[in-house]
Amino acid sequence: MDDPLFWHRLQFGFTATFHYIFPQLTMGLALLVVVMKLAALRGGGAAWDDAARFWTRILGLGFALGVVTGIPMEFQFGTNWAAFSRTTGGVIGQTLAMEGLFAFFLESTLLGLLLFGERRLGPRRHFVVACGLLLGSWLSAYFIVTTNAFMQHPVGHALAADGSYQVGDLAAFLLNPWALVQVLHNQCGAVVSGAFCVASVGAFWTLRGEHADVARVSLRTGVIAGLVASMLVAFPTGHWQGRMVAAHQPVALAAMEGRFESGPRAPLAVIGQPDVANRTLDNPVRLPALLSWIAYGDFSADVAGLDAFAEDVWPTNVELLYYAFHVMVGLGTLFIALMGLATLQLLRRRLATTRPLLWVLALAFPFPFIANTAGWMTAEFGRQPWLVYGLLRTADGASPTVHAGATVFTTLGFAGLYFVLGVLFLALVGREVALGPHGHAAHSAPDASAHAEDA
Amino acid sequence: METIWFGISAFVLTMYVVLDGFDFGAGALHLFVARDDRARRQVLSAIGPFWDGNEVWLLAGGGVLFLAFPAVLASVLSGFYLAIMLVLWVLVLRGIALEFRSHLADRMWRAFWDGTFWIASTLAPVLFGAALGNLVRGVPLDADGWFALPLFASWTTTGELGILDWYTVLTGVLALVAIVHHGALFLAWKTDGVVRARSLVAARVAFPVLVLLWIAVSAATEVVVPGWFDALLSRPVAWAGAVLLVAGLVVSARARATGRDRAAFLGSCAFLLGALGATAAALHPVLVRAAGDASRSFTVENAAADPASLAAGLRWWPAGCVLALGYFALLFRLHRGKIALDDVDD
Ligand code: HDD
Ligand code: HEM
Ligand code: HEM
Repeated sequence: MDDPLFWHRLQFGFTATFHYIFPQLTMGLALLVVVMKLAALRGGGAAWDDAARFWTRILGLGFALGVVTGIPMEFQFGTNWAAFSRTTGGVIGQTLAMEGLFAFFLESTLLGLLLFGERRLGPRRHFVVACGLLLGSWLSAYFIVTTNAFMQHPVGHALAADGSYQVGDLAAFLLNPWALVQVLHNQCGAVVSGAFCVASVGAFWTLRGEHADVARVSLRTGVIAGLVASMLVAFPTGHWQGRMVAAHQPVALAAMEGRFESGPRAPLAVIGQPDVANRTLDNPVRLPALLSWIAYGDFSADVAGLDAFAEDVWPTNVELLYYAFHVMVGLGTLFIALMGLATLQLLRRRLATTRPLLWVLALAFPFPFIANTAGWMTAEFGRQPWLVYGLLRTADGASPTVHAGATVFTTLGFAGLYFVLGVLFLALVGREVALGPHGHAAHSAPDASAHAEDA
Repeated sequence: METIWFGISAFVLTMYVVLDGFDFGAGALHLFVARDDRARRQVLSAIGPFWDGNEVWLLAGGGVLFLAFPAVLASVLSGFYLAIMLVLWVLVLRGIALEFRSHLADRMWRAFWDGTFWIASTLAPVLFGAALGNLVRGVPLDADGWFALPLFASWTTTGELGILDWYTVLTGVLALVAIVHHGALFLAWKTDGVVRARSLVAARVAFPVLVLLWIAVSAATEVVVPGWFDALLSRPVAWAGAVLLVAGLVVSARARATGRDRAAFLGSCAFLLGALGATAAALHPVLVRAAGDASRSFTVENAAADPASLAAGLRWWPAGCVLALGYFALLFRLHRGKIALDDVDD
């Protein structure tokens, strides 16, 4: 209870996890809305426009939550990780400041136009606005992930005389290979989340026999995008992520796989429970030699186990890391199977009548959010015990003057506040889904529409 | 180069006050100037397109401090930990109130979010004003540049320090009045009918209070920080700020009386710009004053990041800033003119 470090970590991890629920939805939906609007522009019919409008409303709600939960994140670097901020601010301050300047201003300007400006702008310019918002939200992902990539695999920095890290080579820092791979993988994961939501609502309406046209195009978009993105998430981007970890954080890879002993022809653990005290993986099911290939592209390669490293650089929570990684990969495999099956039925024109599959699709929407969260937990627990890999330990990064009691108190405050926000968000989205694509009564039209539409 | 970044930081944070200030002010007033749902929606439509972008100036300010003066950001945010968390919650609630209100036409739902929006919009300027007061008064920095302040202690500026004392409460109140005045003139500019008339009354009432408080705080600052006026006098930038400040006050009062709504609002902008500019100029080169031992103060020299980082930042920051200003020009152009009550649909 009185270890401030534990509470700083819990607070930051909790608020980041909650925040990221919303950006993954909005970044995924932003792409799908652009696709729908493109289909409408190319003469696909009114259903595409209706679908784009409906999903833009959901995007707006998600965006609002993303913005308000993002603002605390930005300041928690200073409040909770003051020593870290002071030591590395010269470097990561660059990307954090770029995110505000290049991404957030763009997003905040365009969001209002996207939500309320359709009538005034006309279809083409409104489409351009949607593309701009897509660009803005993916840019913010690039900047924040590049910040995180510096913590995972620091490059482009120089050590200053006072012990702080400063920019050595700006281009190298911005083009960190870890960041490029991480962004690609992460954005594919966001599209999976968006696609599952679109498919889920499409399936729900189809099951109820409502809004047939919009349900059909939603289902089609969600299922196809879901399949493509699920495949890309595993291969090549997930595979690249694995190689990155093998190359730069081999001890994290060993922990992710529950691998306690080094050796060649390393198998991939599919199932099993790590037992850290006895240094074994209990009840394992293994695929021979696969890990060697994934990590190094060679079935006989040597893969280090945890025994190759001093215990003080082991990730601090091997079990959680192992489970988080396996949850992500396991779910990813299931996503490909589910969306593959759905695409097959779609191509055979039987999806709308395969009710069991529609049920599964309708209920599947939470799982990509779980997979994305598990993925981030893999990245963040795998980085331990380092805050900046190899340079700064997590224990040395916390704020020296903040008392544990204060952090406990504010963590509880965030928990309460975010619980209420989460419930309200779900209720409002549920209401939109229940009202359907045409059910948006004029009296509940958002305020700013008054001006935008009458101008 | 450190001084360039000092200027940039001051510029971005001033932009934040001037821009987000008008929507905070509108939020602090809307319960009083807009009495029914339609009028409330008129107010919310006036700030709707802007508030999110306005708030990004705060994030941009945080980013600039992060990259240019990381030691200051780290020390101040962690030293004021609980107060900052309070500010963050207030900002979260405010954003949520603005976004959620419109989703249900229910009376209690809207009344609840109106109340939340009002409280948050009123509290935030007080907190920000008190924060600025703290920076001017000084905080008890230790030898490593850290501090932790309780919310309040002795209420004096010399004994045991707290975030709140008579001086910082005074600066908080001044900030609230200045923001209310600012928001009232914004609403007068952007609305018509009853809301405009009531906003003008609010501005008229706030104006003399603002002037008196400004004089009081200036005098109090000289007491709390002896030599403050000398510092002001010795810096030409501060003179320019003072001129802008006085001119802004005069213009805003006269334009208000003669019904030139936009000029009145711009006058208030000039007032805020001048006031904050002069304060920044008087503080320079100090960023955070150490109470007691002045040698511990954070200055542009000892708190700045390495020249390599500062130079790297200068390579992209100006372009980003031009873009941001461009978006705002576009926004104000697209949403020019008044929101008429008749345009707010049922
Ligand atoms: C829908 C979400 C999703 C799915 C299905 C997958 N991933 Fe993932 N993964 C993420 C979403 C994600 C993520 C949230 O985007 C992470 C967290 C950090 C990051 O950049 O991406 C991530 C991280 C991450 C890491 C950790 C990198 C590190 O330690 O820093 C690896 C090795 C993989 N992924 C590999 C895979 C593989 C081999 C998958 C096979 C199916 C897979 N991921 C599916
Ligand atoms: C949005 C997805 C993210 C999630 C779900 C997430 C999750 C977490 C979790 C669970 C922790 C606690 C780790 C531990 O205590 O062992 C953590 C720590 C942290 N994360 Fe993240 N994180 C995310 C993104 C980011 C990004 C993008 C950054 C940087 C820009 C970042 C910076 C940090 C920092 C500074 C800490 C605290 C130090 C530490 O414990 O290592 N996180 N995060
Ligand atoms: C832990 C580190 C993080 C910080 C400090 C952070 C900061 C912020 C802030 C301040 C906002 C509000 C912007 C506004 O007012 O317009 C925001 C929104 C956003 N963030 Fe984060 N964020 C973090 C993690 C992430 C991650 C991991 C991603 C994606 C990969 C992400 C993507 C976005 C996007 C796309 C938005 C736009 C709003 C939305 O779509 O909901 N953020 N973030």
